[in-house]
Amino acid sequence: MRFGVLRFPGTCDEVDAQLACERVGEAVILWHGDRDLQGVDAVVVPGGFSYGDYLRVGAIARFAPIMESVVEYAHAGGIVLGICNGFQVLCEAGLLPGALLPNKSLRFVCRQVDLVVERGGTRFTNACAEGERLSIPAKHTTGCWYAPPALHERVEANGQVLLRYAPGENFNGSLADVAGVCNEAGNVFGLMPHPEHAVDPLTGSVDGLKLFESIRDHVTAHVAA
Amino acid sequence: MSTRYRVLVRPKAGILDPQGQAVERALPALGFKGVANVHVGRLVELDVDDASRLPEMCEKLLANPLIEDYEIVES
Repeated sequence: MRFGVLRFPGTCDEVDAQLACERVGEAVILWHGDRDLQGVDAVVVPGGFSYGDYLRVGAIARFAPIMESVVEYAHAGGIVLGICNGFQVLCEAGLLPGALLPNKSLRFVCRQVDLVVERGGTRFTNACAEGERLSIPAKHTTGCWYAPPALHERVEANGQVLLRYAPGENFNGSLADVAGVCNEAGNVFGLMPHPEHAVDPLTGSVDGLKLFESIRDHVTAHVAA
Repeated sequence: MSTRYRVLVRPKAGILDPQGQAVERALPALGFKGVANVHVGRLVELDVDDASRLPEMCEKLLANPLIEDYEIVES
């Protein structure tokens, strides 16, 4: 299978994302000014500071030409994974519920966090067991997930929360410890921590690889077949 | 003929506003007493030909309606 990893001006984690994807398949970088998704089987919107985070994080990137194609692709059921800034962009684009607010500490935090898999068996977590703990690094200033009460209730009722911060690990103040959330259809998923930075034993954990393996397994079983 | 407008964007009531809280804590530390309910938002100044389109601009770009309120002021 082939992943497409977006690159906006200011993106900085696309190379790690590409390397992570290449552990389970092929990957190409897709430039923000293009519209062609080159027939990829899944899109990754990586971390960084797209368009300098001007105005609000993710607010400008959502209007990039490539994002029009990503929105269309997502509405047609295509697999889209948003990491950190990518999560923020997907929320701004209306593909994912909620918004990311500044960390309650107002500080940039870079640390390893433990996440709990709330739902296994999804396109993004089928390589994980429910309740499994994943150790994945997080590094952001604006990662406090928030949704108004009615929306939050709906997200929980639909089982859209796939990952939560483990007890005591919610350093950014996210509502209900939400670390990663998907859309109603389950084909778009975003999380603040960086699974692409946890794919090699050299950096302490390979737990992040499970998300990429999940996507590969899903695509291999359902799409490519 | 364009007119100058100011768009004031602020966190919605009840939403965590750590910037406002930080300022609220900092002021007494500098000796400014009696300050409460501090909120930090954003000011966007712009000249527009058609002011009737301002609300749409706010909804689509200048503010995130999920977490922010906006106010359009002619200046």
